[in-house]
Amino acid sequence: MEQATAQTREMPRIGEPAPPFEAVTTHGTLKLEDFKGSWLILFSHPADFTPVCTTEFIAFAEIYPELQKRGVELLGLSVDSVSSHIAWVRNCEEKTGVRIPFPVIADLNKEVATAYGMIHPGQSKTETVRCVFIIDPNQKIRTILYYPLTTGRNMDEIVRIIDALQTTDKNGVATPANWRPGDKVVVPPPNTQEMAEERLKQGYECTDWYLCKKKL
Amino acid sequence: MACISPDGKPTGSGIKILRVLKSGLASAEEIARATGLPPFRVRSGLREFAEAGLAVETVNAYEITDKGRTLTQ
Repeated sequence: MEQATAQTREMPRIGEPAPPFEAVTTHGTLKLEDFKGSWLILFSHPADFTPVCTTEFIAFAEIYPELQKRGVELLGLSVDSVSSHIAWVRNCEEKTGVRIPFPVIADLNKEVATAYGMIHPGQSKTETVRCVFIIDPNQKIRTILYYPLTTGRNMDEIVRIIDALQTTDKNGVATPANWRPGDKVVVPPPNTQEMAEERLKQGYECTDWYLCKKKL
Repeated sequence: MACISPDGKPTGSGIKILRVLKSGLASAEEIARATGLPPFRVRSGLREFAEAGLAVETVNAYEITDKGRTLTQ
């Protein structure tokens, strides 16, 4: 029980400060604080020169321009060496014509992977699973996604989450299931009976007092 | 090292940063805007330059040293 609690504590959680790190990457030594003021997607992959990871790296590179428009940086990670990363990103460009523009952490000692709970021994004791940590400009964790080794990530969903988080921050609203930019957003639920009654008179599209939507 | 090669010379990104510093004190954000490099790359590069004695950190900004100035010539 004690051991389980200790392991739970090691796992980062949404709303908490992102664990700080200093790591060797394909773009030199980087610290988490270097990304302060930008959104950051820190993502791990199991290993270089593997098929699913290669499709993901190409896909991450393809959404990078869209992410940049939204003030988002990408940072990859695996437990491979920086030489392996360099060889792999060069190979990706050579074979597919897609340049990998973002840095990749060479986490040989698994320091960052451990701090972020990226190794799930039930899947692999040596490789990181496919994690995505969305970290806001104040370096707080806003979203965590875990995918198994066999399932490549969905880039549309990652961009959609960024859009949803930024819309929430800007407008103080929530976003409903399958929301896309331009769709109606959810007005935060009222906290008092009076607010609930007033809400119904405010011209929102309300299914009931607790579920009201509006156009931005 | 991203901005200093193993032979001690600045890389292409490093030269861009040093050239901005050569024209005066600048913050990481100002250098990022002037060079088009992402702010994280600039912060990391400035840290390398400070460690190598090519730049010094002042209040919220960096200044090129004589050693750094020599490398941009």
